[in-house]
Amino acid sequence: MSERGIVVHKPYARLSREQMEMIDKASLDLLENPGILCYHEESVTMLEKAGATAKATREGEHDAWWVSIPAKVVKQALDTVPATVTLGARNPENKVILEAEGNRVHFGSGSETNYWLEVKPEKFTSTEDGRERVLPIMKRNRGSLEYLCRSAHLSEQLENLDFFIRNVNVQDTDVTTENKDVNVFFAALNNITKPVVSGVADFDQLEQVVKMAEIIVGGRDELVKNPVVSFITSVVKSPLQIVAETAEKLIAIARLGLPVVISTSPQGGSTAPIDEVGMVAQVNAEALAGITINQLANPGAPVIYGAVPVRARMDDLHDMYGVPEFCHYNMDCAQMARYYKVPCYSTAGVGDAKVPGIQASVEKMYTYTAVPFAAPGLVHYAFGLLDKTQTFSPEQAVLDNHKIGMAKFLHRESGITEEAIERTKKTVQEVMHSPYRMYARYARGMLRRGEIFGGFPFEGESEDQDQTLLNVHEHLKELEAREPQYLSEDVCKEIFDKIPGLLPRLNPYK
Amino acid sequence: MSKDLIEQIVNNVLQGRRNKDDEGIEEGMTGDPGVAELVQKALDSGTDTNDILLNGLSRGMELVGEKYETGEYFIPDMLTAAEAVEEGMKVMEPHLVKGEGGSGKGKVVMATVEKDLHDIGKNLVSIMLKGAGFTVVDLGIDVPAARIAEAAEEEGAGLVGLSALLNTTMSNMGDVVKELEQKGLRDKVKVLIGGAPTSEDFAKEIGADSYGKDAFAAIREAEKLLK
Ligand code: B12
Repeated sequence: MSERGIVVHKPYARLSREQMEMIDKASLDLLENPGILCYHEESVTMLEKAGATAKATREGEHDAWWVSIPAKVVKQALDTVPATVTLGARNPENKVILEAEGNRVHFGSGSETNYWLEVKPEKFTSTEDGRERVLPIMKRNRGSLEYLCRSAHLSEQLENLDFFIRNVNVQDTDVTTENKDVNVFFAALNNITKPVVSGVADFDQLEQVVKMAEIIVGGRDELVKNPVVSFITSVVKSPLQIVAETAEKLIAIARLGLPVVISTSPQGGSTAPIDEVGMVAQVNAEALAGITINQLANPGAPVIYGAVPVRARMDDLHDMYGVPEFCHYNMDCAQMARYYKVPCYSTAGVGDAKVPGIQASVEKMYTYTAVPFAAPGLVHYAFGLLDKTQTFSPEQAVLDNHKIGMAKFLHRESGITEEAIERTKKTVQEVMHSPYRMYARYARGMLRRGEIFGGFPFEGESEDQDQTLLNVHEHLKELEAREPQYLSEDVCKEIFDKIPGLLPRLNPYK
Repeated sequence: MSKDLIEQIVNNVLQGRRNKDDEGIEEGMTGDPGVAELVQKALDSGTDTNDILLNGLSRGMELVGEKYETGEYFIPDMLTAAEAVEEGMKVMEPHLVKGEGGSGKGKVVMATVEKDLHDIGKNLVSIMLKGAGFTVVDLGIDVPAARIAEAAEEEGAGLVGLSALLNTTMSNMGDVVKELEQKGLRDKVKVLIGGAPTSEDFAKEIGADSYGKDAFAAIREAEKLLK
């Protein structure tokens, strides 16, 4: 049994049973009419064979099909979905076991940010009081392979991070479409022993990526048992469209028997209705469409219900993550996934703010607290994301690790038992008859057992300046200095010998 | 009479009502004539097309812009209003003399470049350009460079607007510039680019004429480039 993550003992049920049934019905009705607009011929053929009806059309430059999927086709697909999905890991103790009806919540990183935010302390002299102060100066740099390695290594150190989705979009000039996937997967796998979950940019490299993973675990059968790589496919383009290239990948991954997240990310107010009912009915339909295609390709293949419903910002139509509607959408989806007995991939902790600070903290803490209450198995986007997923800040990731610790602590059980009540009465009686009437001595046991929350570890000393970021920056340096857990020399050698396109500078033994 | 109609067109643009079936921002407007019906009525009553265009549709859109600036209106209001203007333009089209206001402020071919499927931003730009009086031919998403150049030629467009959201696809914008050059169209067709990973520097690098950070910049730049 996986010990990672946190058990949410009584998941918050925002929707009643009747409301879930209504959403289920609405989503199934939508899949029938208007149906999905599918750009992938093989998916259409599979759906038709299963009982759907399709009508060819032309959308802009592309062939497409309107596919009306009857409810029974979806229900049949749901019947074959496995209730447990394991995300493997280089270190088997770090495996994440997702049970559709279990309540264990895991936190992970993601997703491809274009920028890495560097924090540099710099001295300034105040023109007001003439005193010198150190302030954090920030600079956005383009993502690179080196940053990706650093973020994977950092993610290994963060104790509340349970799975790794690459969070830096590499933009090195020697990384091309033809060699990107092998390099980014290697960069991740070589620096972290936790589950690696990721999208594949180029279909042709999927085979090489799988081969790399097989070398690491020792063969195809081992990989199916311990899938050190799992995949994400954004197969849906909201509203209700199936993307050809991604459907191709989804089907291939299903046939390999490796875990895959069906990710759909409609934006309330532009690509989905903004109201909760409309959003959830649509995003749920989209997730079901993806799951159906996956199960038709390989019944019983491990699949995860991935819903990333966000809200549009009303003044520029960009995504918004730190708002109440976001929590409503996501909590509802976690409940729907549970209703279908499919493990759920959800989201929390993206800052809409561009830099670490008060706004980012408010937005992040809000969703870290709310969304996990619904107990989705996976919570992604949870580390270091700012500027609505455009920027990754390693300092912010360290701060987020602490916030997630707080969010997790919230779910500790109350400890109220007959025995504890008896102990309490005895303690109060003792203290009342003691000289200082102090409970201090009774706190020590819990303190030593780690049952008392540690407080904010980055508190500053200054009375006229917030020093949090400076302190986090120092702590980050310590974390980054820790010894990496690279793959063994033999494994690296075999990978570099057998997988074409890897850049020699990634080999730690060179 | 026609003055009153023009006023009503302005008001219905503000309300974002394409036709009588649409609801407005205010309650209880459904059933009343919308922009399409009002423009038709104005044409029937012999109102000058320029009057409808400038004092009705464009004026309405200007007011919408002002309300957005002051924070009274939001993007959904702008988009809805722009769609209402588009409906009005459709009714106007057969009545406009070719060349003279025929394509409003000019013709723009818009597309998201090859291998890129993101279109929320591109659609926003397309709709807003239409609302601002440009004629927009939107080719959709994942459009190969050659097809974009071909469409620019066929349509006689003065401007090509390109969108990319992936750093892996933004280089395809450079291919469009090259295609236009190869076809000998580059001096006739300007290129405006946008999308989160792009920038002014990138526009220079690939030889595009301009970069727009958002839909408002798109309108400003399009106006400059098509002057
Ligand atoms: C919504 C979204 C999607 C939706 C798209 C839905 C749709 N209908 O467009 C879906 C789910 C399909 C999707 C898929 C993918 N996406 Co995506 N997506 C986004 C997201 C969250 C928002 C983009 C958006 O719509 N913004 C809102 C609009 C209003 O803003 P905008 O597009 O920037 O447009 C404005 C300006 O840029 C400008 N503009 C835009 N175009 C033009 C054109 C001209 C001429 C001018 C003047 C101006 C202009 O004006 C607009 C209005 O102000 C971004 C994250 C982000 N914060 O940008 C990621 C993001 C762009 N996606 C990303 C990725 C990786 C992908 C995928 C590969 C898989 C994945 N991880 O999801 C696939 C790729 C599919 C493909 N081949 O294109 C990455 C890109 C990283 C990179 N490589 O550069 C981002 C940054 C997310 C992330 N951090 O991981 N995505």
